[in-house]
Amino acid sequence: MEPSQDASMLSPYRVLDMTHEWCLMSSKILADLGADVLQIEPPGGHPARRLGPFYHDEVHPERSLFWWSYTVNKRSISLDITTSDGQHLLKRLVSSAHFLIESGAPGELAALGLGYADLAAVNPELIVVSITPFGQDGPYAHYKAPDLVGMGLSGFMYVTGDADRAPLRVGFPHFYLHGAGAGAAGAMIAHMHRTLTGTGQHVDVSCQEAVARALANAPQSYALEASIIKRQGAYRQTGGGTFMRITWPCKDGYVNFQFSGGAGAGRSVNAFVRWMAEDGMGDGYLESLDFATLGYGAITQDMLERVVPPIERFIASKTKAELFEGATSRRILLFPVSSPQDILENPQLQARQYYQDLTHPELDTPVTFLGPFVQASATPLRMRRFPPKLGEHNLDIYRDELGLAVEEIARLRQTGVI
Amino acid sequence: MQPLQGLHILDFFWVAIGPMSTSYLAEYGATIVRIESQGRPEVLRHAPPFGGGVSGLNRSAYYANYNANKYGFGLNMAHPKAVDIVKRFVPWADVVTENFTPGTMEKWGLAYEDLRPLKPDLIMMSASMLGRGGPYSRQPGFGPVLSSLSGMTGLTGWPDRPPTNPYGAYTDFVVPKFALPALLAALDYRRRTGTGQHLDISQLEAALHFMAPPILECANNDRESQRAANRHPAVAPHAAYPCQGEDRWCTIACMTDTDWQALCQVMGHPSWTQDDRFATMHGRKTHEPVLDELVGAWTADWDAYELMHTLQDAGVPAGVVYTNKEIIEDTQLAHRGHFVYMEHPDVGRHPVQRSEFRLSQAPAEHRWPAPNLGQHTVQVCQEILGMHDDEIQALIEDEVLEVDTRAAGGK
Repeated sequence: MEPSQDASMLSPYRVLDMTHEWCLMSSKILADLGADVLQIEPPGGHPARRLGPFYHDEVHPERSLFWWSYTVNKRSISLDITTSDGQHLLKRLVSSAHFLIESGAPGELAALGLGYADLAAVNPELIVVSITPFGQDGPYAHYKAPDLVGMGLSGFMYVTGDADRAPLRVGFPHFYLHGAGAGAAGAMIAHMHRTLTGTGQHVDVSCQEAVARALANAPQSYALEASIIKRQGAYRQTGGGTFMRITWPCKDGYVNFQFSGGAGAGRSVNAFVRWMAEDGMGDGYLESLDFATLGYGAITQDMLERVVPPIERFIASKTKAELFEGATSRRILLFPVSSPQDILENPQLQARQYYQDLTHPELDTPVTFLGPFVQASATPLRMRRFPPKLGEHNLDIYRDELGLAVEEIARLRQTGVI
Repeated sequence: MQPLQGLHILDFFWVAIGPMSTSYLAEYGATIVRIESQGRPEVLRHAPPFGGGVSGLNRSAYYANYNANKYGFGLNMAHPKAVDIVKRFVPWADVVTENFTPGTMEKWGLAYEDLRPLKPDLIMMSASMLGRGGPYSRQPGFGPVLSSLSGMTGLTGWPDRPPTNPYGAYTDFVVPKFALPALLAALDYRRRTGTGQHLDISQLEAALHFMAPPILECANNDRESQRAANRHPAVAPHAAYPCQGEDRWCTIACMTDTDWQALCQVMGHPSWTQDDRFATMHGRKTHEPVLDELVGAWTADWDAYELMHTLQDAGVPAGVVYTNKEIIEDTQLAHRGHFVYMEHPDVGRHPVQRSEFRLSQAPAEHRWPAPNLGQHTVQVCQEILGMHDDEIQALIEDEVLEVDTRAAGGK
């Protein structure tokens, strides 16, 4: 059976999204895969609409690039779930929904009569995904965790940054994005279960756990060797006393060049050392080593001190572009530390036509968005809708789907329910 | 009944990003057969820490973290007969996974177009660094590099110093968040329609969604964000503050006036907090360097944990900056059962990190530790491929199939 042009993987499924600004990405993943996502916004507008950057610096709830980043392919309805009318409407929506994703504090929705048990009573097939910093229960479950606090408590900061200064977070907030992505994954595993059992369930996501899984082998290094992994700036600890270097200044910025042993990286370093020699900047000691047979975590502090200076001199003599061009022809693991402009101009992304422009009747110029996160041969991911305006689909849903009379909708509007 | 019971995966994934993705599937009941070759053991098998501190292909706790609950099938991919063995799996496999450099599977004659005739509804997932096609498609890569190509590195670090990579092969732990929903969605689509497909991931293109706002800012406003260490564009205090002891820190982030007032209360309203400069969020942001010094002078007398508990009890967002040791010992992660301790003869007792979500009706299961190279070759040949013992023996003698290397002293 050949799919139609419009086939998408998750088209039969309705998702209700009640998440805060940093978890919007969860249902965006499902929306991009074809699900019908209703973003439920407070009648005053989702707080994410207040976050910049703003398109052409127009500070306005319908011009937030942050909102647009995570709400393509979604529809919007407004609803105040703190009102009894609002709770009633939500339950009506729940009865025909397949997923509901929320990121309230543990117990927050239950206090409104909208906890998992309440919603499952309305629709036993519903899957509810709850994304919180630490999970629904436990000693820290009630702790407040903006991104900085969460990244610190996930172990990620201690190992990032320069040794002589404070630990650092990733420069764009990722704590909740990890949880949001995990929410989409957990939702789909629960969905697979539903196809076997016919019932839904509650998916309880911890952002702290999600980020703790981004610590590479640091937890295992403590568990097996009692090593404390420390931040090294341009270097990275690969084990208790061994290191690799990653960041190198070049003529017009910085590059990453993995200087370590191990099968892949080792061959690359050997090729780099040969390039240095070809360019008349060779080093005898470097040329005497075979990095491919040195293990991944085999380079000690002493070795580093000896080999780093000649490599630094070579890299500092060239630009990002020169280094990248030389690296690609020699299959060396070296890449520029890209700025946002570099990312836009990246020849690989350009060749794959990654960026997507969407036009909008109210805007003078098309808006550039990121492209799909996967190429699917039978059901290509598409940008089906521009990010929604506040309550853009209120009539579609309340009038046309739920059958509310226009007078009722007006009343709900007047009393601030929608 | 486990959610993914009966799901069959033929798994060529290696390093962290791939095996981490399939580890979720394994926890929830999928049958995963990993193809590995002794001639080119995968990188993580060489990565520390090792059981007993002795390196060896079956001793890595880093490898073990991602490969519990999977079958290890030893196949010498360099042998001319290897590809036929792979093809014998395909009718059994719901999904074939791989994250080699583009061209690798094609070179072996195992591209999606080659496998589809054997199983028309096959789902194949490829996850190369930069995707198929394009001038850099075949460029070899490694995790930390994608942090840089995606802009994460450029925005991380001190403004007066070079940028610093987020720890580790960071994007390896970002991409599974996209790969897993995509794979499960494709399985559902096939369940409904009978249609399989090739899911081709560019790890860069997926990871960029974690950086969407700054990239959209550059694309649409022609403006580039700059790194700002731990600072927030609008909020102060917002930093990691020093505590008692060496290299001990506690983050404090007063996101609202209320948070700030609660902090002042805990501090005992020292006179400097009454200064006009700090009366508004805007003022605190404008005078952030002085503010950070003053707050830091106060936190320096505190134990990091006591500070966190005291502040959180007062409603102030604060948290210890955990070391890897403190992650292993954390009471919240223990409450969640995040670390599942497993035993392996060569790795020893080691922590496996489980999935970060809890399904109320479907517990994750950790049934056996990561396989040795070739540990399950014979069993899989018998039970999945239906081979007779004499054929299996012949293929072992021919050095097509490889069996458990433990007997060779764990090397």
